[in-house]
Amino acid sequence: MSSTTHTSTIGAIGAPSRRNTELALLVFAVLIPIFAYANVGLAIDGTMPTGMIGYGLGLGLLAAVGHLVVRKFAPYADPLLLPLATLLNGLGLVLIWRLDQSQRLQQLQENAFGQFNPAAPNQLMYSAVGIAMFVGVLLLLKDHRILQRFTYISMIFALFLLLLPLVPGIGTDVFGAKIWIRVGGFSIQPGEFAKIVIAVFFAGYLMVKRDALALASRRFMGLYLPRGRDLGPILVIWAVSLLILIFENDLGTSLLFFGMFVVMLYVATERTSWIVIGLLMSMAGAVGVASTAGHVQARVDAWLDPFGCYATSGACEQIGQSIMAFGSGGVLGTGLGQGNSDLIGFAANADFIFATVGEELGLAGVMAFLVIYGLIIERGVRTALAARDPFGKLFAAGLSGAFALQIFVVAGGVMGLIPLTGMTMPWLAAGGSSVIANWALIGILIRISDTARRPAPAPAANPDAEMTQVVRP
Amino acid sequence: MSELTLTVMRLCFLAVLWLFVFVAIQVIRSDLFGTRVTQRGARRGADARPAQGGRQAAPAPPRQQGGGGRQRRGAPTKLVVSEGTLSGTTVALQGQTITLGRAHDSTIVLDDDYASSRHARIYPDSGNAGQWIVEDLGSTNGTYLDRTRLTTPTPIPLGAPIRIGKTVIELRK
Repeated sequence: MSSTTHTSTIGAIGAPSRRNTELALLVFAVLIPIFAYANVGLAIDGTMPTGMIGYGLGLGLLAAVGHLVVRKFAPYADPLLLPLATLLNGLGLVLIWRLDQSQRLQQLQENAFGQFNPAAPNQLMYSAVGIAMFVGVLLLLKDHRILQRFTYISMIFALFLLLLPLVPGIGTDVFGAKIWIRVGGFSIQPGEFAKIVIAVFFAGYLMVKRDALALASRRFMGLYLPRGRDLGPILVIWAVSLLILIFENDLGTSLLFFGMFVVMLYVATERTSWIVIGLLMSMAGAVGVASTAGHVQARVDAWLDPFGCYATSGACEQIGQSIMAFGSGGVLGTGLGQGNSDLIGFAANADFIFATVGEELGLAGVMAFLVIYGLIIERGVRTALAARDPFGKLFAAGLSGAFALQIFVVAGGVMGLIPLTGMTMPWLAAGGSSVIANWALIGILIRISDTARRPAPAPAANPDAEMTQVVRP
Repeated sequence: MSELTLTVMRLCFLAVLWLFVFVAIQVIRSDLFGTRVTQRGARRGADARPAQGGRQAAPAPPRQQGGGGRQRRGAPTKLVVSEGTLSGTTVALQGQTITLGRAHDSTIVLDDDYASSRHARIYPDSGNAGQWIVEDLGSTNGTYLDRTRLTTPTPIPLGAPIRIGKTVIELRK
């Protein structure tokens, strides 16, 4: 051991809770959407929108509730997660409200369903439910390690959630994808919640099995190939995700599941070979399904040449309009409320909402949004690094990996980088399940980060030692 | 609404959005874990204060925390690592507990095969201002004050070597 001379001074460490930083950022994160509201209103009608006070107060109230609960029940949590999520949720509300104002979309809905229902009030209500979910997670989940006990139960529960849309009676088929269930007038997308539940299973399972998966392997062509019996679980997950894809026509969820498992496998074992194997398997699966299932085939065609089949296929037209929206946005965009992204038509405020960002805020806005998503992922990974227990590490890494994959899959699909899949941009897209599930995800990350950043408790006195004897000179 | 107003609002909105991003990144920067380590040389340069040449360079006087009256004359003001891989490192004593060990959240993270992850701690005596106490936290290889292995929390005389594995630390004025 070499003895180098250090000339550094180590300062005092307090126990920074950073709650005031979070509060300041939250105020900022609430003011930006209010500014955006004003901008949209001025651009469309030339007046301040009437609902501005209501939406601003609503968003501010939700943020305040979230902040107070974090301050009380997770005082050492990461200061960035809540403000970033609030900002995205607020801007999502603005974008959805902006698309509600579009005559074209109103007409389209009236033709299809007989009446026009604005999506923004619903979205605000779902945001409130989402914050309630967030509060519930923080109140009920005092320690994330409790989830470790439910490893296999959560696997069964996740599969149950995934299979629900196939149950006749409650499952509904919307535009070819069977991913919704309809319960008492509400349609729920169970896959969004299954994402979190399955992460519990993966984390619990890999924590126990990671040594076998990492160490028992043969070296072949520079790759460590695992034994057959260790390959079992990944094959099962692969098959399950393919089955989802085939029966529910849901490319996004199956990609998310398989991708999350590969990411967590890599985090648990540090073996690059898993990534290679995972990529090869997902490619084989995607090619196999794309060449057989008609629904997926149409998406692939729309991806390969959206303008070739523009006039004949709805999928191609949507992608084509989306790409044109990004293109006409340019670098600085047309300005909020001044674009024509409503030409996308159906799902303009859901799967395709990122095209509105691209047109009205331009490349600068798209990059800002992607960086904000990236910061959330970074905080998730940082939480995983800081967590002291292996389960928490894997869980946080898996959740942020799934979040990252979802962003990639949606943004990539809308921009024409990969075939479009029916997934939602977290918090931006209209849709209750997605908002609620993502708030729950942030709640879990905040809980893990609170545990990870909490200063270690003062070491307990040694019970064997006698009472402290301090002999003063 | 005039074209100009809308253009200004659009650019303002993008600027505000990016401002938020940069503020968030700034928070991350100031939120890195661990203790704050300052290079003495750099700080001396920044303060543009003539350094006392040959002696063990004294760190810029630590910001005294409140109650200046509590600090007695002759009380140690800093902890110095005098041997081992971290030799030369100093910690200003400001009434905080100093933990030593291999755990990454220790005040002094020991890179020493003979140290336990939570090896020992040094804290101010609550009854006797200016007196510091070292306590072994049940380490495997023990903490030595001079030549004796610690069994109970013990007051540290000024300049007495505390030995943990290959690391030796002492309190200085």
